[in-house]
Amino acid sequence: MTRVLDVENLRVSFPDAGGRRFYPVDGVSFRLDRGKTLAIVGESGCGKSLTSLALLRLIPPPGRIDEGSRIRLEDTDLLALKSEDLRQVRGRRIGMIFQDPMTSLNPVFTVGNQIAEGILAHLPVSKTQARDRALQLLQEVGMPDAPARLDAYPHQLSGGMRQRVMIAIALAAEPDILVADEPTTALDVTVQAQILEVLDQLRARRGMAVLLITHDLGIVAGRADRVAVMYAGQFVEEASTSDLFALPSHPYTQGLFASVPRISGPVQRLAPIPGTVPPAAAWPSGCRFRPRCPKAFEKSHTEPPMLPVGPGHTMRCWLAEE
Amino acid sequence: MMLLSIRDLVKHYGAGGFFRRSEPPVRAVDGVSFELERGETLALVGESGCGKSSIGRTILRLQEPTGGTAVFDGIDVFSLDRGALRQLRRRMQIIFQDPYSSLNPRMTVGAAVAEGIEIHRLARGPEVGRRVAALLEEVGLDPSYARGYPHEFSGGQRQRIGIARALAVEPSFIVCDEPVSALDVSVQAQVLNLLADLQRDRGLSYLFIAHDLAVVRQIARRVAVMYLGRIVEEGSTEALLSEPRHPYTAALLSAVPEPDPASGRRRIVLGGEPPSPSNPPSGCPFHPRCFHPAKSDRCRTERPVLRAVGKTFAACHYAESTPTQVPH
Repeated sequence: MTRVLDVENLRVSFPDAGGRRFYPVDGVSFRLDRGKTLAIVGESGCGKSLTSLALLRLIPPPGRIDEGSRIRLEDTDLLALKSEDLRQVRGRRIGMIFQDPMTSLNPVFTVGNQIAEGILAHLPVSKTQARDRALQLLQEVGMPDAPARLDAYPHQLSGGMRQRVMIAIALAAEPDILVADEPTTALDVTVQAQILEVLDQLRARRGMAVLLITHDLGIVAGRADRVAVMYAGQFVEEASTSDLFALPSHPYTQGLFASVPRISGPVQRLAPIPGTVPPAAAWPSGCRFRPRCPKAFEKSHTEPPMLPVGPGHTMRCWLAEE
Repeated sequence: MMLLSIRDLVKHYGAGGFFRRSEPPVRAVDGVSFELERGETLALVGESGCGKSSIGRTILRLQEPTGGTAVFDGIDVFSLDRGALRQLRRRMQIIFQDPYSSLNPRMTVGAAVAEGIEIHRLARGPEVGRRVAALLEEVGLDPSYARGYPHEFSGGQRQRIGIARALAVEPSFIVCDEPVSALDVSVQAQVLNLLADLQRDRGLSYLFIAHDLAVVRQIARRVAVMYLGRIVEEGSTEALLSEPRHPYTAALLSAVPEPDPASGRRRIVLGGEPPSPSNPPSGCPFHPRCFHPAKSDRCRTERPVLRAVGKTFAACHYAESTPTQVPH
């Protein structure tokens, strides 16, 4: 397995009204391997989207990536890059797609123009070659009637087609890594299935590493090699997808599973996690899940590190020691 | 006992009008019939633009219907004048996906919940406050929240406020329009449990509009699947999910992402996207995307009607042989 990205102790902070900094992302570490998908799963406010933005150094000020964080893209130290070198990384080596393609597409340029723009910015090709390449990309992402769509404007396309355009743009410069932040959340289920299928084929064909950010455990089940569950700015459990689903171990992960309605098996009353996610400016002390945890005990007042549950399976809970 | 009966409901948008004379109307709802018993939940399921939300709003006459009838507890809803309609609204309520957009940001939570009680003169004086406190408690909120404003609350809390506001006038029927779609899973589960408890305690009937079949299975025993303004399959939730007879139901079911990598379900990945309701395909509206091996010319020319097949009702010429799983 070839590692393409190494993130160590990533911390992202923002100042509160009084100028004191708080940490929506607080010590996240993971790696991405060529041809593999890592999914980060969590609810609103857990820090998963900020984690993905940090990879491209897109944290909006006054937010910042803090001292001691490390992001290595093969041999490149991403956090040491100057802005012109950073441009070569964004798009060229890491491509990104977001939940709502309409806000990322420019309404006054044709789809073909916008894809070609990305190609011309990064690759030494002529305008004609870029346009041909744009068409190829549209075909590769399964755009119906691709030659005609090249001259379409974003508003003339459906949500699913726009997301295909976004994927084509993200792929234009042949990145090693694709970051997909809730790529199908705004789409209908039948279209969601199509888009996930396209992403999977592209990963396999191009050997890209994919970071999939989602709130939906169901999407993870069929698509990711490894899963990290995120809560209150930290990973709380990480494992291969099959291990995580076979043996969800952190009480928060277990709570998520018990909250999801199922399409098969007996219909039972759902067992929701009590309470709500705390705000980032007030992460609880000790184990951050402690105030909502049915299994909290004396030791939970001390902050747990990631502890081994099994081979390649860790969680941030003292129960792992039992 | 029957509470609500809908017959041949039609809702078209933009038909005629000076500036749009040349454009065809959007046939959002195109001949829908169903019935709802007291204390029952019927789920309407479908993707964006299938017309499911228009049905809920038309039944409450938040939008005027283009055609058809709706009989609620013996009352012909579509023929009521404004005064009579206002009386009826006490008994029919709606909760929305985004409660924030339906709450007045400058009105306290208490005032929002009290509004219906005061309009319908269900209580007066200090009794109003007592009722508001009891309602907030019933939906799992602290009565002191009555003094707060909508922006101070989380999405889940706002949805509870929306539910308390709907309950304030003591309705017997509530249209739930995607009430949990915008919520995180742990909060979604809390709200689904609350809706089930309220139904049990108050004998409520729900028309539950949703796009997520797993959520529907949790809350409704009966379900109608919609495609392009029509019901294409209807039946008990268990029968419809275990033996779908319409190919669209089968595809929708197989597209539900299940949190179980070992489930071994084969995915049916449908080609294309739902066509425009202003220009629906001829014959069976699903035929351009259909994967049924028996698909024929008949599907292009003759519109199938809803008929009993196996344990459900399905609008497909070849419903008897619909494959529930197909390799793609």
